[in-house]
Amino acid sequence: MTDATGPIKAADGRPLKASLNRALRREKMRALMLIAPLLIFVLVTFIAPIGDMLFRSVQDDITSRTLPQTVVALDGWDYDSGSPPDEAVYEALYYDMFFAAEAKKHTALGSRLNYETTGISSLFRQTGRALDDMGEDVIEAMEDNVEALDDSAFWAALFLTEDPVDAGNANAALSWATSVADEPVRLPEGLQMSVAGATVFPKAAAQYVAFAAFTHTVDEDVPAEEDPWESVWIAMAQDTSDAGFADRLANYTGPGAAELAPLQEAVAAPLAELSFQAAFLDQDEDWADAEIWGTIQAFSSPYTAGYFLTAVDRELTPAGAQVVEDDVKIYLKLFWRTLWMSLAITFSCILLGYPVAWLMANLPDRSANLIMILVLLPFWTSLLVRTSAWKVLLQQQGVINDLLVWIGLVADDGRLALINNATGTVIAMTHILLPFMILPLYSVMKGIPPSYLRAAKSLGATNWTAFWRVYFPQSVPGIGAGSILVFILSIGYYITPEIVGGTKGVFISNRIAYHISSSLNWGLAAALGTILLVVVLALYWAYDRIVGIDNVKLGG
Amino acid sequence: MRKSLVMGTSALVAVAGMAAADGHMASDMTLVSWGGAYQASQQNAYVAPYLEMNDGVSAVWDESSAEAVAKLRAMAEAGNVTWDVVDVVAADAIRLCDEGLALEIDHDEMLAAAPDGTSASDDFGDLIVSDCFIPQIVYSTTFGYRTDLVGDTPPTDVCAVFDLETYPGMRSLERRPINNMEWALMCDGVAADDVYDVLETEEGQAQAFAKLDTIRDNVIWWSAGADTPQLLADGEVVMGSTYNGRLFSLIEEQDQPVAMLWDAQVFDLDGWIIPAGLSPEREARALDFVRFATDTQRLADQAKYISYGPARMSSAPLVGQHETLGIDMAQHMPTDPNNAQNTFLYNYEWWADYRDDLDAKFQAWLAQ
Amino acid sequence: MATSADAAAFVEFERVQKSYDGETLVVKDLNLSMPKGEFLTMLGPSGSGKTTCLMMLAGFETATHGDIRLDGQPINNIPPHKRGIGMVFQNYALFPHMTVAENLSFPLEVRKMGKSEREEKITRALDMVQMGAFGGRRPSQLSGGQQQRIALARALVFEPELVLMDEPLGALDKQLRETLQFEITRLAHDLGITVVYVTHDQTEALTMSDRVAVFEAGRIQQLAPPDELYEKPENSFVAQFIGENNTLEGVVQDIRGDVCTVKLDSGDIIDAKPVNVHTVGERTKVSIRPERVEYNRERLSADAHTLKAEVLEFIYMGDIFRTRLRVAGNDDFVVKTRNAPDQRRLQPGEQIEIGWLAEDCRALDA
Repeated sequence: MTDATGPIKAADGRPLKASLNRALRREKMRALMLIAPLLIFVLVTFIAPIGDMLFRSVQDDITSRTLPQTVVALDGWDYDSGSPPDEAVYEALYYDMFFAAEAKKHTALGSRLNYETTGISSLFRQTGRALDDMGEDVIEAMEDNVEALDDSAFWAALFLTEDPVDAGNANAALSWATSVADEPVRLPEGLQMSVAGATVFPKAAAQYVAFAAFTHTVDEDVPAEEDPWESVWIAMAQDTSDAGFADRLANYTGPGAAELAPLQEAVAAPLAELSFQAAFLDQDEDWADAEIWGTIQAFSSPYTAGYFLTAVDRELTPAGAQVVEDDVKIYLKLFWRTLWMSLAITFSCILLGYPVAWLMANLPDRSANLIMILVLLPFWTSLLVRTSAWKVLLQQQGVINDLLVWIGLVADDGRLALINNATGTVIAMTHILLPFMILPLYSVMKGIPPSYLRAAKSLGATNWTAFWRVYFPQSVPGIGAGSILVFILSIGYYITPEIVGGTKGVFISNRIAYHISSSLNWGLAAALGTILLVVVLALYWAYDRIVGIDNVKLGG
Repeated sequence: MRKSLVMGTSALVAVAGMAAADGHMASDMTLVSWGGAYQASQQNAYVAPYLEMNDGVSAVWDESSAEAVAKLRAMAEAGNVTWDVVDVVAADAIRLCDEGLALEIDHDEMLAAAPDGTSASDDFGDLIVSDCFIPQIVYSTTFGYRTDLVGDTPPTDVCAVFDLETYPGMRSLERRPINNMEWALMCDGVAADDVYDVLETEEGQAQAFAKLDTIRDNVIWWSAGADTPQLLADGEVVMGSTYNGRLFSLIEEQDQPVAMLWDAQVFDLDGWIIPAGLSPEREARALDFVRFATDTQRLADQAKYISYGPARMSSAPLVGQHETLGIDMAQHMPTDPNNAQNTFLYNYEWWADYRDDLDAKFQAWLAQ
Repeated sequence: MATSADAAAFVEFERVQKSYDGETLVVKDLNLSMPKGEFLTMLGPSGSGKTTCLMMLAGFETATHGDIRLDGQPINNIPPHKRGIGMVFQNYALFPHMTVAENLSFPLEVRKMGKSEREEKITRALDMVQMGAFGGRRPSQLSGGQQQRIALARALVFEPELVLMDEPLGALDKQLRETLQFEITRLAHDLGITVVYVTHDQTEALTMSDRVAVFEAGRIQQLAPPDELYEKPENSFVAQFIGENNTLEGVVQDIRGDVCTVKLDSGDIIDAKPVNVHTVGERTKVSIRPERVEYNRERLSADAHTLKAEVLEFIYMGDIFRTRLRVAGNDDFVVKTRNAPDQRRLQPGEQIEIGWLAEDCRALDA
């Protein structure tokens, strides 16, 4: 240090540190630019999907999105009471569900909730069809007494306006509609919700705005030319039962004031009869079942632990998290099976691969290349062909059993079960994954000079001692690398176990595949996948702690 | 009814599209099917004729029907649906329709009427199990058995599957609860009409699993349609369930010592859906193709290549002979009166509800 | 040349042949005998068979034919680990997964030696190579020279009577090599062990050995102490391989006892000492060391034959001058002269006359 009081300066007078940083930053930027394509590729194709998968395992906003008002109304309901919720909840359900059915979103929600409580799928589907008929007495009364309502344009004139003075705030109705339809909806350009209409019919105005926005945005039709949904009619009828309705209508001067005069009296009687609860129960008595409502309530939060609970043989019930009954416990068992079978596969790969790799590393190049080709051969045939070949070999009437019977090792009626069980999976997977063990082993062994063995022997070690104390420890990094590869690959395999594993040889990945492609329960598949990922990372961490990741070599 | 008005309107748009010149229709189609002999029958019976009639239109196949639901959902999420017409089983069509991934169809408007003027919806009848589903064929899941391994008393009853004393050896069943649970109950004394009511209860499910327990050590569970034919051909199993078309080709085309056990065959349906959210041009093309491909003659033609029953009642009398073997195909149809003496109807609605729950129980039972 | 009959022989090769492919011999009819305590170097170009000989002695290769005896016992059928021979490898071959002390402990452990005895021997061996403080290190933490010292200590720690060294210093830089050459010879001498040392570096061979065996084409060309090897090469290969050498070719004209005259291809006549020429008219290569060439006429005997030479190049090298001449059509004829005050510095282009003592000019096989 030349100057104890201040920082060293570069030739141009700037602090040396700053100059150095600038010079290094430029280099770093250039390096970053070089790897940018790869970095972006990895981010887009690898990190992002994994992040998306992790997120899916907890994301569960379909209930709160599709039935927003119901979820809010259900907030005060207590599952433990065992009784169905009150009329207000059913009313909210009616409007939510009606819109959802128009937007064809109710069946997706039904499928989602059916994972938790059997029967909700058809309940939602059938109820969705029946919604049109709910309160038909009320609607008939309206049609009979207020003829103007048969005219689509009348509705539009009542609730929509081009007059900025009359324009009201329709944000609540639009955000509700956007939520249920799961896409942004808006009113046609220049049209607003009419304050005058909304003052008289607050509920009907909100419903009509939602209808109009949906018709305009999704169906791409002109609202004034479309008949409003039944839900809008019902809402209008409900508005008449308000205490101040008569006064409000009397004060109303907008379009249709005269035509609407008989409305209140006309709907009074059928409206008094109308009970949403009764209508839903009439459609399906399951709507009185506290289990159904409990399920909706339990899954009303946008985020859920439900998928993870299911993935570890628990379930999120209305009464909280519980262990599932024994007859559906499967996932923990499959996780264990996946782990121990992957270990077994890894171990048999070591057992079979080590001598082969040793042979390859010690033979002249020509013969080593031949063996290498044989080792790589499985890579060049399709996975399905290889696996199907194992069927031919291993089945009870297959080549190996025939051979054993012919030799006399096995009785004809005691043929070995080598396939469609755990044995089959271990055999076939060992074959498929063997190259992943042999290649790192080979390249590590190739890097061990023969002079080590000679040195050991010259120092007095027998062949075995020389191998075990000198050669083997140096090949351990290859075993480590091969084992990590084989273990992690086998944990994620599902095609081979599916084909040769029968019932006792399938992995957790098979259930993940089932939930991805068959049951469409992607949340559960994501939760299972996330657990698998965490288990692999934890094992990797443990491996690092015990063996040390420095001791893993893919090449000499 | 206001709802049907909305639907009617979109149908009108579609009809208008069809009436329009070809210029308004896309000229490329991606058809999704199952591959193999079935896809070949589709190609021969109506895809090739359609392309011949419509110059400049091309079609490519994607053999993804087995994963159609998941892939369509992923495509819809990504906002880029690349398929135009997708062949799926009825249960998948229901699911796709529920998820809003398939186009709702007005069968009478969008599909051809029968030659005698019967409307499409009457011609297909009950087979329209979903608003989105355009039925093509009726197939059945039924049993085949090795004629040389059953002794002097060939099985005539589906319960032979559960009779280890008379028919020792392995059998193959599909690795899913559907069909197996029903057969188990029927062979445990439950009347066919009551099966789903019983299966709805915990006790009924336990009863079905108990019946399956009696043969569990003698079952090879399959997951691909080709498994049972291979297992039968290799003599690995005495009997096994699979699709009747697979058994037909095993018996008639490959001449294996195998025979059909039509008893308690479970009817299922396969048909087209059109993905939701296609551009108007592509949707118009897809509808135009489907209208042609599911008319009475085309469905009857398909039976020349594969032993699945045409979904239209009006097609049945037109079913002729096998294209290459020259044998009469009618008697090999699952719907043939001789074969359909005891059939079982697969309850889609019921399974849509119970599938998740029973599948979990079934897999847990398998893993025990 | 020593034979198997030598009573004091400790290591003996008798008519040993080695072939890998059954078609060519890598080692041809090798006979060698060395007494206990000798430091013998096998020197030769690569592929000359020296390493094969070493490996046969160590037991890693088997002789195709012939006997190898150690202390009178045939060892052909004894596996390497029972031969009790210490060995040092060119790449050290220290076990990388063991510490220095564990490396040294290894040969003692396999001999089932007790712990305290092991530790004592390890300490002694490490001290012997001045590496006492490095017992806990890993080989990868040591420099090349340090590793070779450890390798040496490991080869010596179990007190073998015979130690084989396969180009042990080949990977080290010149200075380190010289230090270690000295240390190895000192250790070998102090411990009284017998050493067979393989190298292709002639300086190493000359400075370290009691005797040097020069290998070429699977045969020992000459087995002799270093001075003899340099001054009295027995054939032209050895003459050219060891040290710098001027060669002239010609035909023997006359042999008279210790002196012969050779008529060079250029027509000049020179005097030489007949070493392996026996008859008049035979072709020969005569070999003269550069430092034995004389161009000061006064220092030559009066009747000595001389040759005309043209100076091509003069190089000042500090302790010596190196002058390149054209002699009898040969452009690479080199003369080395000591940098002495009275020494004349030749100029390129200068015409001089050169000559030598007949006994310094050896007429060898052509």
